[in-house]
Amino acid sequence: MPVSNSMSDSLVVCLECDALHQRRALAAGEAARCIRCGAVLYRHPWLSREQVLALVVTALLTFVIANSYPIVNLTVQGIDNSATLFGSILALWNEGRMLVAVLVFATTLLFPLIDLVALLILLVLVRRRHPPPLFAPLLRFVQALRPWGMTEVFMLGVVVALVKLSHMAHILPGVALWAFGALTLLLAAIVSFDLRSLWHGVGRSDPS
Amino acid sequence: MTIMSASQAGVIGCRTCGLACRAADGAGVLRCPRCGGRLRPRKTDSLSRSWALLLAAALLYIPANLLPVMETTSLFGTEKSTILSGIVYFWTSGSPGLAVLIFTVSILVPLLKLGTLSMLAVSIHRHSAGGLHQRAKLFRLVEFVGRWSMLDVFVVALMVGLVHFGSLATIEAGPGAAAFGAVVVLTMLAARTFDVRLIWDCSKDDDD
Repeated sequence: MPVSNSMSDSLVVCLECDALHQRRALAAGEAARCIRCGAVLYRHPWLSREQVLALVVTALLTFVIANSYPIVNLTVQGIDNSATLFGSILALWNEGRMLVAVLVFATTLLFPLIDLVALLILLVLVRRRHPPPLFAPLLRFVQALRPWGMTEVFMLGVVVALVKLSHMAHILPGVALWAFGALTLLLAAIVSFDLRSLWHGVGRSDPS
Repeated sequence: MTIMSASQAGVIGCRTCGLACRAADGAGVLRCPRCGGRLRPRKTDSLSRSWALLLAAALLYIPANLLPVMETTSLFGTEKSTILSGIVYFWTSGSPGLAVLIFTVSILVPLLKLGTLSMLAVSIHRHSAGGLHQRAKLFRLVEFVGRWSMLDVFVVALMVGLVHFGSLATIEAGPGAAAFGAVVVLTMLAARTFDVRLIWDCSKDDDD
């Protein structure tokens, strides 16, 4: 498979309108925008790689808590019910709504987990002088997967469901509710870190 | 001010890592020398693929709104609720804010996505050179809000997981939930296959 034989780090192409720009150095928190369409070309992340690494570890622990405890306890006529995220997905699956179950499982559990674990591996690997061959495909994979993790939408869904249920039952928020709230904030900070900036740490693979 | 586009300069911006790479003369798949991602001047068959996904989403939008997304069984019999009746329930039970929120993300946003992407595709077919900035902004908006349509699917999933009190009250997901989830995924895929750069390819060179 042919590899493009020439490249330039000093040029930037706008991915939204294809305009060509000269790359400039940015200060932390600054973003370079396309002069034609206004799309963000690249940014200098607020957070350093070490800070993101710390956030990813925290988010992974929060993720475990959020999925190990019930999100909410419900009491109707003295009967107690509680549900974890995975329990809800299982209930959907068991009643024959496989498609919905798979969709919810992928977007709220599997993809965010893979994203965090892979990001942890990437942030450790990028510290090496020559990242191993695994690095590039893994980073490409995380970039492609990212839009499909929907923890923040799920968090809003939890709030809506609780309001709906508060009309018919007594509700006691569970540990996981707070954990999901914290996870949403942590993920917002982690996602603000531009994954493309990790490519700059990658040495040129020899074009063969 | 003249803006040169990457394709005019014989450069392809790598969609994965952002590197500006020289386009090759020969046919065949070209790879980015840094990240190994595929280099294509424009997304392959962008418009036809977007149209196919949009059509599928538009067709599924009908059962998604007509079929029940949730079936509540209680002592008083089975009550089937569609997305719209769920919104009406919030409106009448004293949560107009939530009613507006769900109406926006579940009904307006999918319609807006279908309408906007179709309009953008038609404008490209017609080589329209007007309103470039507005169209680019519209696309960005559609891409940003799309994921929030999943809200109702998550609400249903949680209600199903929480409410199973035997004969007292049980909630099951209805067939509309799967159709609705499919609409969201299909419109997200349609936005991803849609190549915004095609909008700018129609721009006159001496434009603004």
